[in-house]
Parts: sequence; structure tokens; C-alpha cells
Amino acid sequence: MRVTLDPEALHGPFVREIEAISEQNLLKCNQCGRCSAGCPLVEEMDLLPNQIIRLAQLGLETVIESQTPWMCASCLMCQSRCPKGVDLPRIMEAVRQIALRRGESRVLAGQVEGTLLALAPQMAIIAALRRGER
Amino acid sequence: MSNSGCTTALVIGAGIGGITAALDIANSGFPVVLVEREPSIGGHMAQLSETFPTLDCSQCIMTPRTVEVGHHENIRLHTHSEIESVRKQPSGNYTVRIRRRAAYVDWDKCTGCGVCQEKCPFKVESLFERGIGKRKVIYTLSPQAVPNKPVIDAEHCRYLQSKWDMEAGRAPSVDKQGNPATPKCGACAKLCPTGAIDWEQQDTVVEEEVGAIVMATGYDLLPMERLPEYGGGELRDVVDGLAFERLLAASGPTAGRVLRPSDGAEPRQVVFVQCSGSRDPERGVPYCSKICCLYVAKQAMLYKHRVPDGQAYVFYIDVRAGGKGYEEFVTRAQEESGVVYLRGKVSKIYAQDGKLMVKGADTLSHRAVEIPADLVVLATAFVPRASTTAVAGLFGVGVDDNGFLVPGDEEMAPVECGAEGVFLAGAALGPKDIPETVAQASGAAAKVLSLFQQRVNAQPPVAA
Amino acid sequence: MTSAERIYSYFPGCTLATTAVDYDVSGRAVAAALGLELREVPDWNCCGAAFPLNAENVMNFIAPARALIAAQRSGHDLATLCAVCFHALKRSDSFLRTHPEAADRLNAFVTEGDFDGRVTVRHLLGILRDDLGWEVVSRHVAAPLQGLRAAPYYGCLLLRPEAEMELDNPEAPRVLHDLLQSLGAEPVGFARQAECCGSTLLVSAPGANQRLSAAVIESARAAGAMIVVTACPLCKFNLDRAQEGRPAAEQLPVAYFTQVMAAAFGLAEHAGPAFPLRAAA
Repeated sequence: MRVTLDPEALHGPFVREIEAISEQNLLKCNQCGRCSAGCPLVEEMDLLPNQIIRLAQLGLETVIESQTPWMCASCLMCQSRCPKGVDLPRIMEAVRQIALRRGESRVLAGQVEGTLLALAPQMAIIAALRRGER
Repeated sequence: MSNSGCTTALVIGAGIGGITAALDIANSGFPVVLVEREPSIGGHMAQLSETFPTLDCSQCIMTPRTVEVGHHENIRLHTHSEIESVRKQPSGNYTVRIRRRAAYVDWDKCTGCGVCQEKCPFKVESLFERGIGKRKVIYTLSPQAVPNKPVIDAEHCRYLQSKWDMEAGRAPSVDKQGNPATPKCGACAKLCPTGAIDWEQQDTVVEEEVGAIVMATGYDLLPMERLPEYGGGELRDVVDGLAFERLLAASGPTAGRVLRPSDGAEPRQVVFVQCSGSRDPERGVPYCSKICCLYVAKQAMLYKHRVPDGQAYVFYIDVRAGGKGYEEFVTRAQEESGVVYLRGKVSKIYAQDGKLMVKGADTLSHRAVEIPADLVVLATAFVPRASTTAVAGLFGVGVDDNGFLVPGDEEMAPVECGAEGVFLAGAALGPKDIPETVAQASGAAAKVLSLFQQRVNAQPPVAA
Repeated sequence: MTSAERIYSYFPGCTLATTAVDYDVSGRAVAAALGLELREVPDWNCCGAAFPLNAENVMNFIAPARALIAAQRSGHDLATLCAVCFHALKRSDSFLRTHPEAADRLNAFVTEGDFDGRVTVRHLLGILRDDLGWEVVSRHVAAPLQGLRAAPYYGCLLLRPEAEMELDNPEAPRVLHDLLQSLGAEPVGFARQAECCGSTLLVSAPGANQRLSAAVIESARAAGAMIVVTACPLCKFNLDRAQEGRPAAEQLPVAYFTQVMAAAFGLAEHAGPAFPLRAAA
């Protein structure tokens, strides 16, 4: 597939929104791939973690359609090993936020499985709802 | 420009840079004092198997120079020595005190026969062999060492330690029968045909007056312990680039066979990890170490030559191969030797079921990649030798945030610095390969010779 | 330091007050045995359960800020047991200290008081290591856990990011290893000792969660562990859940480090169902 890169998009509102939410300079990432190499959830992802940043760097808004940010466990392994100090978990959160703002909730309280609600540590439920609800 | 007239040069460091500078100056007729911290000269080049891009045998191209240094009438060689202090004279000359550490061997009596080393009963880890092999407590760095005279590693010498314990009262000076106790071992002294072992030897200090200095203190590799997520310092089969050179070297501990340090088995899958600590402002050094892309391609090719049905992988972020023949060299590794290059920085290495699991990525194919390796080679970051900052301080030479020497001007005066008569060369200035080191060393030597010639010219003519 | 000075305010968190009350009770018991006074913060609220990764919205920080403001009144360091609370509170504290404009806006809204950054958020493991020392812990061991090969499981949030959590090096952690050693047990490091259990994917992607937790268990088992020791109620839940349905003899027990301490201190009533262990393998 071919994309036409648009200077307006490269420095436009979408990129600025991601950078504002995450407080990260996306251009610090040189795509070394270490995040993807160490991500424990990478087998569940359609795009590699480094690809999420890459698409954001190029202002390509299709990144919000990816399943990857929703398979992210925010375990911080990527951030702890990134040689450039890029806080990828916060970039993932920014993509999630924008996806929610533009679309539907991902996790709804009413849809949490009954036994889980009763047995699971409630911080798991709260955290999942805070992450996935509009 | 002073008219002090002193035309003796001091060269600090006897790796290929210091050797080159010393020979250039000495061959022009001026005396050179060459100081080296190790017992023999040659630096890291002496540890290499073959050099890129020619694949010349490193010892073969270097030995003519080291031998020349050893015999040169204009070179006073002080090995096993360090610069202790420097005083700048009003004349502009430098008075340098050089401390030669006690070797406990009288090198005037020693003939280099090697019996002591052969018969010494005790082995310890060898820094030269980088964890691949051991050396004796009385040792030379290699069979081709210049000078080919051994030193005793006092810390591990049972004779010296028991002797000093007795003298200090930490151990009884009489044995159970009431006779005077004798220190343990001492095999080398008993066997030396010329009686060269000297248990009472002390450090000696020599003062030299010099008119110019070349600093060529060289480099080292980032310690493996800085990379715990790669098993550095923990997993025996995770080694660094210099250690792999010792595996490849015909004169090395495995006679050139590539074998795993843990069990001596021949590895069928070898993974090379570039940028181990380099290009890592957060947790390593921020700069690129420049030589690793080339030497990893070399090592991967040499591994394939030795183990033709083995598989080599290289994890890289970029391949940096600028220079004459370098891109072509790396291309040979990829196209002719079948080395698989994967674009992704390795996240972690751990042991499982006798293998080393390497968790990396190939961003080009959008895959996280895991490889069960038999042996892993980390291309660790190129750092200045630990002593660089201290030695630089003695001469008023600056170092940068990474500990490398700072020249007068990085572009237009790369081998000079602010201090008069002091010149800089080689790896102590920053990552570079052998051709660059040799060129810089000759450049620094030329600066010295220019200075000396000016002094010679300034002398009043001798009446006929 | 006399025991009168070893006072900490204590933040249990909602999970320790309910579904993981055994962690809270065993924690208080071993702290008391060591002469550490844990004074529960009066009128605390949930820490928020997740450190807000979204810097844009100051409102996200109200929950942890209120918790920290409540702790401010006590005048002591704040001790936590739950790794998630520790993470959320410590990083929120760090965020508000480094983003004064956000702190100002937040203080304008919150009525309970002003966040002023005076509280240091600690974890009990750090308190044991740095304030007491392992020798002191060892002196309280009544029944050394001889022959217990225990896998110290650090999880994610306890240690990362290293600079903010200030507890241990995530690439080569020692604090749980050293605690277990001081109790007479044999710590068994394993490949996945600091890898994620699946965390809150329990709710949104349970299959993936299950796979990660199962991998952690297998990694501990492969290293020869008889028990997995954790500091996080969510890790414990996930690791137990991943083994559900397996025959009891094949399950690797999971315990909180405070329960293991209770077992070693001779406080059997707080050691939890993992103790006494089945016959050593």
C-alpha cells in the first residue's frame, strides 16, 4: 500500500494531540525495535509496538484502528529498556484515549463477567474500566 | 616555541597507535621513551584473530612492528609501568617519573625460556583471554610477547602471599616442628635456569626528561556487568567481541576452534548483538562505537568458515559501513556467508534448557523474533581505558563527558591539544579502527618531529 | 533507631481491605513482630488503581492526590503493601511534584487540603531492607524455612520505572531474593521473575492474561521452585487462576511475601493456605 505523506499531517493536530496527552517527543524514537523485542503481549498484537509509534510519527491516523494498544498490559517493560527514554506506555495510552474519544467504549462495567466481578481484586476492574471507558 | 632543545619524546601506551608513533619518531633519529602498563606491548590488536576488511592475521601484520620496537636503538621501552607524575619545566620540557611495578623477575637475567610459566602449578582468569581461558600466575601475555619476559601476579602468587603474611605476622613464622616456616610453592624459582626470580624486587622509579609527549592510551570495552538483561557477567556463553576474537585466534585458548565456554561444545547457532550499550543515552553510552558493524560481519564470516553448517544471526539497528571496501565487506557476510541480518535491538537474553534464548525483533518483517542460541556475542560499547582521565590530568589534557580525550579542535587540529608539546592519537580520542589509529599516530609523530626539527634548527651552529 | 521511631502511616488500598485481606492482616502481623508501627491513614480512598498515563487530564490525579493529602497529616513516611497502590501513589506523587501547574490546579479543586509533596511513599520491602536490615529480620525467624525453594516473583509495577519507584533494579532485582534468604529459604531466580502476569487484561483479554500467567508459573517450575512469592494481589490472583482446574498436586502455590514471613516468624495463623507446604519435591 502506498501513502502520500502530508506535511500538514506530519505536524498537525493528530500528532500534537498524541504528544500533548503523552508528553513525549515522538521523534526521539529511532525505531530500534527493542520495545517490540521484549513486549510480553506481542504475540497478541496486530501491529508491533514500534509500528504504533512509527505510524504516529508519520501522522497516519489509521493507528487508532489497531488492536495493539488494547492488548497492551502497561507492564512498562518497553519503557524500562528503551535506549532513548521514550515512554511508550504513555504513547499507547494517548492512542487509546483518542480512539475512545472518536469511538465506542472498549470495556463496559455491565459486560464484566459476573464471577470476575465477585472474585477479582477490584483494582483490576477499576483499572480496566478507567482505561477502556469513554 | 621554546628553545629548550630537548628532543626526546615520550609515548604513553604501546598499542598499535603508540607503537606507530614511537617507530616514526625513533626512525627519524630522535630518542623515544615508550611506556606501557601491560607487561608487553601490542594492546588490543594483539588479541585479535584477523583484521577487517582484509582478513589479514593480526599477529602477522603487527609482529614486525613490535619486534622492531623491542630492538630499536632509539626506543627505551618501559613495560609493566605507569606514569607517576609530570613536572613541566620553565624550559618547556617535561620531567616525567615512571613507576615500573615489581615483576619479581629480573629481566636482565631472564632469557625468556618459559619454563617458569610452563611449570607454575596455578592458573587464574586471564584478562587477555577475556574469560575464555586462564593464564599462569607467572605469565607472559602471549607467546609472541615483546618483551618476552614474564611477570608474577603477586595477588595470586602463593609464595609471595605466604611470605608477606609471615613477615607481617599474619601467619606463623615457625612450623609445627619449630623450624622456620617456608613460604608455599616457589616452583618457578626452583626451576629457573638463570635464577631470575627475585622475591625481594621492588617497584622502581625512573625519571626521564622529555620534550614532547604522545598520548595513545587506547580503549577498552564496556564491562559485561553493565548488561544484566543480556546475562552479562552471569551467563558464561554470553561473551563480548574481544572474547570471541580469542576463540577465533589460532594462538588462543581453543587453538582457533569456536567452542562454548560453558561446556566446550561447538555452537551450531551463534547470535551477534550489535549496539550492546552503544547508542543508548538512557542506560549505556550515547555514541555509536563505529567499529562493531564491521567486526561483527568479520566475526560472523569467520565463524561460518570454521563451522560451515552453523547458522549466524546479527541483530542490528543500522549497518554503519562507511569507508573503503567496508560496505562490500558487510555485503559479503550477508550474501556469501549466509549470515542472517535482523533489524531490531535485542531486549533480553535468558537461559532455558541449555540454550540462550535471545528475544529480539525484525522490524523489517514486522516480527518479534526469538532465537535459541548456543553462543551469543555482544558487540559491547567502545570506551576509553579506565586510566585515561587520570593520565590526561597529569598533562593538562581535557576529557569529554564520555572520558575521551579532547583535542585542540576536532576538525582542524585532531591530534593536538592546548598543552604545549603534547599530542594525542588513536582510540583514546574516540572510536576508530586500525587504519585510522595508525594514520593519527603518524600524524601525532609528524607534529613531534616538526617540533623537534624547529628546536634543532634553533640551536646555534657548532663551530667547525 | 528505637522502635518508637519506626512509625509509618499505612495505606492498605481497597483490594487489601477486601478480596486480599489476608495480605493486609499478615503484613500488619509481621510488621508488629518487627517493631514497625503501621498507622492506617484515616479516611483514605482508593488510590485510583492505575497510575494515570494521560498527562492531559489533571482530574485523573484526584484519587491518588487525596490519598497523599490524607497521609500528609500524619507526618510519617507512607508504607504500602499492594504493588499497584505503591506504583500509583509513588508515581502520582512524583508527577505532581514535577508538574507544579497541575498540582496547583488540582489543589484549587480538592477541598481536603493541599498536596505539598512532603510524604515519601515506601514499600514494606524497601523498609525492611533499608530501615531495618536483613539481620534484624533474621533475628525474628523462629522456624527457618530450611529447604524451601521459593521463586521471588517481582511482577512489573513494583520495580518499574526504576528511577521513580526507587526500590530495586528490574533487570537484576535482589530485594525479594534477599528477604527469602534472611528467612532461611532458598531463593530461586527464574527467567520470568520480572515479566508481566497479564495484569488488568484479566478483564479485557482473559485468554492473553491466562497465557502470560501460565508462562510465569512454568518458568518458576522449570527453575525448581516449590512456591511463588509475590507482593501484588493481582499477580497472586492471576497466577492462581491460571492453574485452576489442574490437579492439586500439580499446582504451584502462590503466597504473599508477608505470609512467608509469618510462616518463618512462627505466626502460623497468618501464613495462609500455602503453609505448611506439601512434602518437598
